Amino acid sequence: MTSEVDAARTWERFDRRRRLGRFVGVLVAFVVFAGSWAFLDMGVTNVETVPREINDLLSRMFPPDVAYVPEIVGPLIETVHIAALGTAGALVITIPVALLAAENTTPNAATYWLGKLIVTVSRSVNTIIWALVFVVVFGSGPLAGAVAIAFRSVGFLGKLLSEEIEEIDFGQVEAVRAAGASPIQVLTYGVLPQVKPALVGLSVYRWDINVRDSTILGFVGAGGIGVQLFRAVNAFAWQSVAMILIVILGVVLVSEGVSAYTRRLVR
Amino acid sequence: MATERRTWRRPTAFRRREFKWAAYLGLVAFFLWSAWGVGADPARILQGFGSGLSLLGDFFPPEATPRQSQRIVDKMIESVAMAMVSTVTGIALSIPVAFMAAENLSPKPLYYLNRGFISLSRALNVIIVAILVVKAVGLGPLAGIITITFKTVGFFSKLLAEDLEDIDMRSVDAVRSTGASPVQTLIYGVVPQIVPRFAGLSVYRWDINIRASTVVGIVGAGGIGSVLLTAFNRYSYQYVTAILVAIIAVVLVAEGVSAVVRRRYQ
Amino acid sequence: MTLDVTDLRKTYPTGDEALKGVDLSIDGSETTAMIGPSGAGKSTFIRCINRLTEPTAGTIELDGTDLIGLDDDGLREARRDIGMIFQEYNLVERLTVMENVLTGRLGYVSAWRAFRRSFPPEDVERAYGILDRVGLDGMENKRVDELSGGQRQRVGIARAVVQQPTILLVDEPTSSLDPETSNTVMRLLTEIAAERGVPVLINIHEVDLAVEHADRIVGLHDGEVVFDGPTAELGDDALDRVYRGGDPPESGESRAVTAADDGDGSVGDRFAGDGVVTTDGRTPDRPASGGS
Repeated sequence: MTSEVDAARTWERFDRRRRLGRFVGVLVAFVVFAGSWAFLDMGVTNVETVPREINDLLSRMFPPDVAYVPEIVGPLIETVHIAALGTAGALVITIPVALLAAENTTPNAATYWLGKLIVTVSRSVNTIIWALVFVVVFGSGPLAGAVAIAFRSVGFLGKLLSEEIEEIDFGQVEAVRAAGASPIQVLTYGVLPQVKPALVGLSVYRWDINVRDSTILGFVGAGGIGVQLFRAVNAFAWQSVAMILIVILGVVLVSEGVSAYTRRLVR
Repeated sequence: MATERRTWRRPTAFRRREFKWAAYLGLVAFFLWSAWGVGADPARILQGFGSGLSLLGDFFPPEATPRQSQRIVDKMIESVAMAMVSTVTGIALSIPVAFMAAENLSPKPLYYLNRGFISLSRALNVIIVAILVVKAVGLGPLAGIITITFKTVGFFSKLLAEDLEDIDMRSVDAVRSTGASPVQTLIYGVVPQIVPRFAGLSVYRWDINIRASTVVGIVGAGGIGSVLLTAFNRYSYQYVTAILVAIIAVVLVAEGVSAVVRRRYQ
Repeated sequence: MTLDVTDLRKTYPTGDEALKGVDLSIDGSETTAMIGPSGAGKSTFIRCINRLTEPTAGTIELDGTDLIGLDDDGLREARRDIGMIFQEYNLVERLTVMENVLTGRLGYVSAWRAFRRSFPPEDVERAYGILDRVGLDGMENKRVDELSGGQRQRVGIARAVVQQPTILLVDEPTSSLDPETSNTVMRLLTEIAAERGVPVLINIHEVDLAVEHADRIVGLHDGEVVFDGPTAELGDDALDRVYRGGDPPESGESRAVTAADDGDGSVGDRFAGDGVVTTDGRTPDRPASGGS
């Protein structure tokens, strides 16, 4: 310990109890890790071959099959459509749900819990599971995908938007009401302006997430580029798979950029 | 009083009002195109929800035979175990990746390499990763663990790298100025600065991993997801609902635990 | 114009009695100032008149209409005739000055026209006229969060006046302003009211401002009226009754203290609403402690 004297200054931030706590934390993590590993019963020999197998897969992907691009343009556009439509649909459902799930705008306790229930169920079920459900309802195809995206997004948007509504300054709302405004006018003049930046920001952010989520819907028959990807994987056409992955990567990066730019714009 | 009438129009955030209309029109046109492309005509949607309502009877009430319940429990434990293992391995692997992806601590080529890796991991949906990993290493929880570990590294090392870029270099310099070796500098100068957020993030990621571990089974990477897919394929929808209820319960518990732990830590 | 309040009582769910039977009637176009220490019930009283806070018992009659018996639609119509000006301005921060002023006309337009910001031309003209009057000409397209405190309160006055109310209720208009701006705002308020022949009821705890600008003083202590008369009759013993035992806050320094007190005492109060809001987060005025 050559640097003991100087470093002691940094270490002072942690007293003995917190250090003990951190030690116990690490220990618990290790025990849980070992316990879980033992439970899964996978053995070590199995793991040893993993790097080689993955390396094998990656080498077969190279070089990506550029000639395959024309075939994925259509499904790619469909993916973008699913994301856009799903987000728009979610937005329409979210606004009333968020008003129900916010303590200060909900009409009564029952509606509040209804709002919370919708948000919770929607959020706890993954997009692909929603897609499984809606493929049953609408049959295979992108419509099921868009509805699945919408149903998953309602929970996300509803939770964050209702939190935003709970934070608003109620004096502003009250002043609008004091002028004799109707409930709808109170919402459009008192509440909406206060949550508008959040509303736009969150929708664009969710759209960005939805673009990623839409790429997998095809695995359960709910449309988009996932259909193509699944087909290529099952045909062991690894070079096509690589091309699809590159295209997905591109779309995701673009949507991330658009989303970040728009959110900066709306303040 | 002035006799001329003054009119007022709401100022717009766009440079000209025409731009605003063009933007809105463009947006509406795009959504219409989307609706057309997806085949979402109102009649079909209404019909779908109509049949959805009648299907509702098939989904409710949730029901599972004792054997099915046992299967749910077994596979759910498998899911949770996968999440536990991959959280630990993911975080362990994130630490070196994060250091190599921090602009202020890492040489340029290494920095770009690791940033590229992080972007890749974040851009690919967990299901896509799972499907590839299953092809590489075969069906089962090992594929799930590798998948979730890969996603954890992308998430964790990005945030950790950003933290590392924000650290107070003066105290790092202070440690270095005493003649500490690079490793000692890390341990004494860098680590203490990032530990508090690190703990919160770990728990948060564990929560996300629980969610992920319940779905990767749909493509064969272990856990409850495989049971769900089987139930769907056999049209036993009441069993599906039972599985969904189990998933929602586990996800909520994980979220609750994660929220409590994070609040304690802050 | 007549406002008749009889035996107005307000007990909050917590059991605090904010108003213990207040009688007050306002006629003609005088300026009435309601003084009293923090927590005396001044704010509650004003908010009860247009039922932003629901009174527990008593009657409120505005030109013969009983406000308490009104249903939602009737109440909205009645509120159009009551201009209200708030302590913290309560402007919609992210909207422009013009939009905030036009908020005062919402009671007269449909929800759809309101949403499109398409108000009748005479409303817009009226709004422009009032903005000129309060000295905010040319500012109509500024967003409210860019304005200073004094300018915001002018917007607040414009919003209330554009309603063409039959009475103006003013809740601590100066407690967020510095002394000089306070004086200007008070003068503007009383002048505009006089020009339009509208009576004003002002809540204010700064006695010197009340004496300077009001024709009549009402002193409230612990939910009861303890003084009611022309400003000239307000003597030391009357002040003593209002601020029982304490020094009346007359000087600038004690004003700062009471202003701060009042600010935090009314936070809960602002959340006590009706209509869309039902979760009962009602908090009473703080018990009389700050000023007494």
